[in-house]
Amino acid sequence: MTRAWQLSLAGLLMIAVLPFPAPAQDNPLAFTGAKIIPVVGDPIENGVLVLQAGKILAVGSAGSVTVPTGATIQDARGKVIMPGLVDSHSHIGGGSGGDSSSPIQPEVKVLDAIDVRDSTFQKARAGGITTMNVMPGSGHLISGQTVYLKNRRGNKIEDLLITNRNGVIAGGLKMANGTNPRRDPPFPGTRGKSAALVREEFVKALDYRAKLARAKGDPEKLPARDLGLEMILEVLDGKRIVQHHTHRHDDILTVLRLQKEFGFKVVLHHVSDGWKVAEEIAAAGVPCSVILIDSPGGKLEARDADWRTPAVLENAGVVVGFHTDDPITDSRLFLRSAAYAVRAGMSRAGALKGLTLANAVILDLQDRVGSLEPGKDADFILLSGDPLSVYGHVLETWVEGTKVFDRSDPKDHLMAVGGFGAGEPRKAHLCCFGTEEDFR
Amino acid sequence: MSRSAFFRRSFLAALIPALAFAASAQIAVEGKKVFTLAGPPLADGIVLLHDGKIEAVGRRGEVVVPADYQVIRAEVVTPGLIDAHSVVGLSGILNQAQDQEQLERSAPMQPELRAIDGYNAIDPLVEWVRQLGVTTLHTGHAPGALVSGQTMIIKTGDRTISTNVLNPAAMVACTLGRGSLETKEKKSPGTSAKAVAMLRAELIKAREYSEKLNRKEEDKRPARDLHLEVLARVLDQSMPLLVTVHRHQDILAALRVAKEFQIKLVLDGVSDAPLVLDEIKASGFPVLLHPTMARSYEEAENLSMETAAKLRKAGIPFALQSGYETYVPKTRVVLFEAALAAANGLTPEEALATITIDAARILGISDRVGSIQKGKDADLALFDGDPFEYTTHCTGVVISGKEWTGAVR
Repeated sequence: MTRAWQLSLAGLLMIAVLPFPAPAQDNPLAFTGAKIIPVVGDPIENGVLVLQAGKILAVGSAGSVTVPTGATIQDARGKVIMPGLVDSHSHIGGGSGGDSSSPIQPEVKVLDAIDVRDSTFQKARAGGITTMNVMPGSGHLISGQTVYLKNRRGNKIEDLLITNRNGVIAGGLKMANGTNPRRDPPFPGTRGKSAALVREEFVKALDYRAKLARAKGDPEKLPARDLGLEMILEVLDGKRIVQHHTHRHDDILTVLRLQKEFGFKVVLHHVSDGWKVAEEIAAAGVPCSVILIDSPGGKLEARDADWRTPAVLENAGVVVGFHTDDPITDSRLFLRSAAYAVRAGMSRAGALKGLTLANAVILDLQDRVGSLEPGKDADFILLSGDPLSVYGHVLETWVEGTKVFDRSDPKDHLMAVGGFGAGEPRKAHLCCFGTEEDFR
Repeated sequence: MSRSAFFRRSFLAALIPALAFAASAQIAVEGKKVFTLAGPPLADGIVLLHDGKIEAVGRRGEVVVPADYQVIRAEVVTPGLIDAHSVVGLSGILNQAQDQEQLERSAPMQPELRAIDGYNAIDPLVEWVRQLGVTTLHTGHAPGALVSGQTMIIKTGDRTISTNVLNPAAMVACTLGRGSLETKEKKSPGTSAKAVAMLRAELIKAREYSEKLNRKEEDKRPARDLHLEVLARVLDQSMPLLVTVHRHQDILAALRVAKEFQIKLVLDGVSDAPLVLDEIKASGFPVLLHPTMARSYEEAENLSMETAAKLRKAGIPFALQSGYETYVPKTRVVLFEAALAAANGLTPEEALATITIDAARILGISDRVGSIQKGKDADLALFDGDPFEYTTHCTGVVISGKEWTGAVR
């Protein structure tokens, strides 16, 4: 067999085992002439972005980057390129976690319930979202494990997972305090009880860890396996970040108190009253994922929600990301969140970071996503203009070097603007555990 | 902003409700760009306000500012914005039982309920939308019952209702389709068809009531019926039926009822409008289109950000609205809904019309508000840039000649 024949046979075999969807071509691809917002470093006029095999090869000004010979060139003059957006809190795919049978259910994985064929995934791609933390709701103190996903085109959840070198699936643990998990028994009826139940669970996990240590691997002495406590241990060991729903100033401080007592990594989500306790949050070194909504209220603890929160937190030195909480806000309009933060005083650079790198930090994925830097995943979006302008549109969304949304394709355009066949006949799962009916 | 400065500002903001407007009989508003909605925008325009009315409008030079007028300056001046359909003032900010007055679910049809009897002029959401340029609200009983009550048109100014009301009984709110199937005891209507049948039966009852009222013999006239007399006003076309309806089949059902009883409709929501454009156009009825950012689930699954542009192209009169949210955002803001329509097929001026003059025409108040013209109410919204840009601020509003300041949003 000739070498040429061997090579082409190898090629055929490769094609045969290609998973769906097709991965990025090995041939380098260069976008030229665009304004590039790398998020790390200043915006680049007339910039060049080069990618290969799903990774960013080079990014810089036209003069400073050498486009590899043989690279496919896409003219992006007049366009803007920025990193793919990272949504640190979403409910796309309609999955639920805990089932309201008890307030603490860390063993439940939302990834077992997500429909990746739901139109909300396509809409998130239309909105430029390439990475998202899909969470169970906030109706439990601990409602289950969250999952970090890449918005690859896929037909099953496994196609979208993010795994580390050891094959561990990336995700956090969803917790909540305030009024959402305050329900009829066996749920807590007060804030004090809520905190006590959480502390008891963490103490139980510490005891479980001690038993595991004492057993030294002896099957006779090992405690019975506890799926829930295993997750709490991952949290206590710093392997899993607590993504914590919280609104009111005192609830925020309660999270910080528990965090200090048990020493876990935590991110504060929603943080409606964040502007009231910004210095305390900054002192604790805890990042925030903020939601910006068109009007305050909807419940008492969100009455003082304020567009100024991101600016106040930024000034205090807090890492600030944004989230859609889709369907609370629409994934297609995620860029708006940053724009409203700027409207209320946040820096432009900080706001763009809040859509990208800050959220990557919040998910502990900053080594892979969140900025346009060589070696990072080739996740980026091509925009028609200023990302913070209402008149701008996401034209293309790329994940790991593969185009997953193209506004010029009628099918993708339908998802971007809506219309016949673009929606869901199901109810939107609003808030914590129920449907819209619960709020009537 | 430092934290102390932030708190100072918050403290001042807390004082503002007491001092929120500066009464002035005579104000000159100078705008680098003035969208009158009665002609092309004016560069370097001046609007003179006198005793609550617009006294003059024109370019600098055409209009001279008298020496004793208070001068307010803005980059961009528009007519005060009109929210063509809202529940603000009835569906309060907290979303708790005591501040939710928009939906009485004890019976499927209660046209006798008046918005004016449930309106809270100082709910924080009234101030919220005012700070984003809204000076007039068409608000009242919400979608969710077959006939939920009456709506009213009110300005977002003074606390007292009486000085603000433009129309205390504007339309009768009706919902067809799945959205009408929400009675508390799970009684009828249980299907869309049953809802239509119940509405028709009630309209027939109201027609008989009207006929009996016109009897010559006074003793043969029926006792006054608050419920039927409102429906009688729908039948004599003095009040339109505001029909919230989303699916195409339910839109056609609404048009069928209108034809049968020769009543006027205002179609509301209308997610499936692009599927039945010809039928809507032929009916001649105006549309209060769903918010551009409304959620596309259930009956509204087919809604599109481009429907506004399609209605415009078809020549169907329409306006945008904030709609009704059961959870969050507790109210949407028409300024933002129009902005997104401007990003999806409408020109910025067409989009501005959907929340000013076009809304005023559909609501029957265009003799008072909706454009900047001599003799109309002195209602203006002021901005520090393109009103539709996310990062522009609304710097204030003027309502009936009174300047409202407060938080700049």
